[in-house]
Amino acid sequence: MKIAYRDKEWELKGGLTARAAISKIGLDPEGVLVIRNGRLVTDDTLLEDEDQVRLIAVISGGQEACVPHGK
Amino acid sequence: MRQHRLGLCPDHFMEWFVLHTERVIEEYRMFAPGDRVLLAVSGGKDSLALWDVLLRLGHDVEGLHIDLGIQEHDYSEQSREMVERFAAEKGAVPFRVFDVEATYGRSVPDIALERRGRKVCSLCGLMKRHIMNRVAYEGGFAAVATGHNLDDEAAVLFQNTLHWQTGYLARQAPVLPSNHPHLARKVKPFFRFYERDTAAYAVLREIPYIYDECPYSQGATTIFYKELLNQLEARSRGAKQQFYLSFLQAREQEGLFRADKEESELGECERCGQPTSAPGLCAFCRLWKAE
Repeated sequence: MKIAYRDKEWELKGGLTARAAISKIGLDPEGVLVIRNGRLVTDDTLLEDEDQVRLIAVISGGQEACVPHGK
Repeated sequence: MRQHRLGLCPDHFMEWFVLHTERVIEEYRMFAPGDRVLLAVSGGKDSLALWDVLLRLGHDVEGLHIDLGIQEHDYSEQSREMVERFAAEKGAVPFRVFDVEATYGRSVPDIALERRGRKVCSLCGLMKRHIMNRVAYEGGFAAVATGHNLDDEAAVLFQNTLHWQTGYLARQAPVLPSNHPHLARKVKPFFRFYERDTAAYAVLREIPYIYDECPYSQGATTIFYKELLNQLEARSRGAKQQFYLSFLQAREQEGLFRADKEESELGECERCGQPTSAPGLCAFCRLWKAE
């Protein structure tokens, strides 16, 4: 199966869960959503050889630290 | 959602998500059903998802987008487009854009350049807070809502704890009450949701959002803390939730940091009327003074 994340792509054999595949390519399952063949799936979904998978990063940043809102 | 030991199909997940948002709003008394709510919308997934949910729940919500004038990577332009697109697709839902450059003659990066030593991020925070308070007051809104999720709150808690910022630890909360007419009530209806779940909702509802972070973002640090907390979560399912929610509970029940919650005498800014701890002008109005 093909797994794409940002501008990178990997080729993996099917028969493993999305979570396992994500860990295998060195990413954090908690930090991505799995789109398989155009549809969002849970990370315990079993991926097949023919699947086209796209991972979407969910972590956003740039939150300033808490400031007392009265100041 | 491993933290809940729950797996749902798309339709039921969306239902669950909306229902739980409503429960949080009620349980934490964020605002009443008939209240007018001002929602800060950045164009990112959380604020647009929250807008979507509040509309579905039938709340009287108006979006407020603050255009900071950040031209790098067309950031402000793209963010604004996402907001306008969302509103248009929903069929003309009420929202307003506060354009910093149009109102004050300069963009936030411009002001940062003038005030040497002032970072864009701290200026941005100061300005957004001022503007939200102002719009909420002038528009008679009961509360200002933001899309902050549990990962956001946990990362801030983590940062505050690493530095033992006891003042912030005393005050950080999902509901910040208004104790002054010019200070808006601030609520975070998504504060119990993991970031991955708010993202899932946005994706399932097919809401286009701005993917890229602000080019000035100090995001590197917050993102780093979030990644650390995710590592913890991988080892111990529910750890992020436990960390943040137990903190709130412990603080409430055991009176942690109570001494640090100085309810200092807040005066009013001479110019805008918003609360300030310093005499004379508030930090925001002081920006315009030295000209």
